[in-house]
Amino acid sequence: MSGPEAEHRGPILTAHRAGLLGCHRCGRVWPADQIHCHRCNAHLRPPDRRRLQAVWAWWLAGLIAYIPANVFPMMRTQTFAGLAGNSEATILGGVVELMHHGSYDIALIVFVASIIVPIGKFMAIAWLATVAGRPATAEQAHSRLKVYEVVEFIGRWSMIDVFVVAILSALVQLGFVASIHPGPAAVSFALSVAFTMLSAQSFDARLIWRGLPLRTRSDPYDL
Amino acid sequence: MTHEDSYDLATGRGLIACPRCDALHVEEDLEAGETARCIRCGTVIAKPREGAFAQLIALAFTSMVLLVGAVFFPFLQVSAMGFGNASSLFDVALAFADGVLLPLVLAVLAMIIGLPIVRSFLLLYTLVPLAQGRQPYRHAARAFRWSEILRPWSMAEIFVIGTAVALVKVAGLASVHLGPAFWAFAALIFVNIASRAFMCQTTIWDAIEDAGQRTEFDSRPEGADA
Repeated sequence: MSGPEAEHRGPILTAHRAGLLGCHRCGRVWPADQIHCHRCNAHLRPPDRRRLQAVWAWWLAGLIAYIPANVFPMMRTQTFAGLAGNSEATILGGVVELMHHGSYDIALIVFVASIIVPIGKFMAIAWLATVAGRPATAEQAHSRLKVYEVVEFIGRWSMIDVFVVAILSALVQLGFVASIHPGPAAVSFALSVAFTMLSAQSFDARLIWRGLPLRTRSDPYDL
Repeated sequence: MTHEDSYDLATGRGLIACPRCDALHVEEDLEAGETARCIRCGTVIAKPREGAFAQLIALAFTSMVLLVGAVFFPFLQVSAMGFGNASSLFDVALAFADGVLLPLVLAVLAMIIGLPIVRSFLLLYTLVPLAQGRQPYRHAARAFRWSEILRPWSMAEIFVIGTAVALVKVAGLASVHLGPAFWAFAALIFVNIASRAFMCQTTIWDAIEDAGQRTEFDSRPEGADA
């Protein structure tokens, strides 16, 4: 087989066009009326825009869970049994606090992982689900696949903030001196990340390529 | 390419569809070290490596040992003004056993400990018979599929970065010492990276299939099996 740079210009036969159904997990090809892949036992999904309903459902669930995650406190810090004051920090508040401490690099990690990445992910999934299956050029399809791969790769990293809260609240139980308790936002943020991961996983990357013309105009074999 | 009898466009035998873009390819046996990419989108379809099964088995064992250590050894020790607290992840789980946030703690523990252990076990279950050239276990296909489904949900490496952030946050409040469990997690990152580099799903699926694995369905269509 050829290297990645050797772009294939001829007509490409897809499993769908050939009346077959490819398994999205193991790649084995089956007749279109098959329901399960007999090799890996996965449910066979036709590359169909109807599958996008699942994407939108998880997307919406993730968006709804993301609102309380930003409004409510992520954790409560109690110092000297409340005498030195209790402080509650939301996600954004935590970032600001880190910057006050002068640790800009960590503040940046938290800011990117809990604010930039989730919002970027919502926008990217919505965009992909909107344009999926629409006519596109090969270049557009390549860039959409790249966006999808980035979304799929980066989604899990938003869990950092949840882990931070879990570690801190487990560790900082120093009785009178200080104690940290997780707030309600930790749960809803974890749910939001999980829902958007499911949303990205239910998106069928094959839809990106569905709208492509089967032959390029310059194709000499064009019939 | 003329493989007229090696594939069948009616039943899909001998063909592979790219999971990313659905382009059809004729299945070919690759030499170790070769890489097969999708002709349209460039996704790596197969990348067999010499001795990959044995290496994957070794790495799965390593990660199990590290994870057991990570559960029971102290993770971090924190102390401030004479008040100290050393906790292993096991203690953490017990401390939260009656709180309202128990579901969150369970989910976190599942993602950092439970799923990695389950995945290692599933991989061993699938690969050990294959590496020895024996008939795979009965549920090998199901086990390997679940191992792949669970992959994005096992988050040990994210947990390590989370720990780093937590250390900075707590630094002003108390002094913190890293325990052996932390280093076990850090080592786990490298084990995972190596495991991912050796892993080639297509090769494993082919091996399961070639070893005569029958899945739970026996309503195989005519000719799909030939």
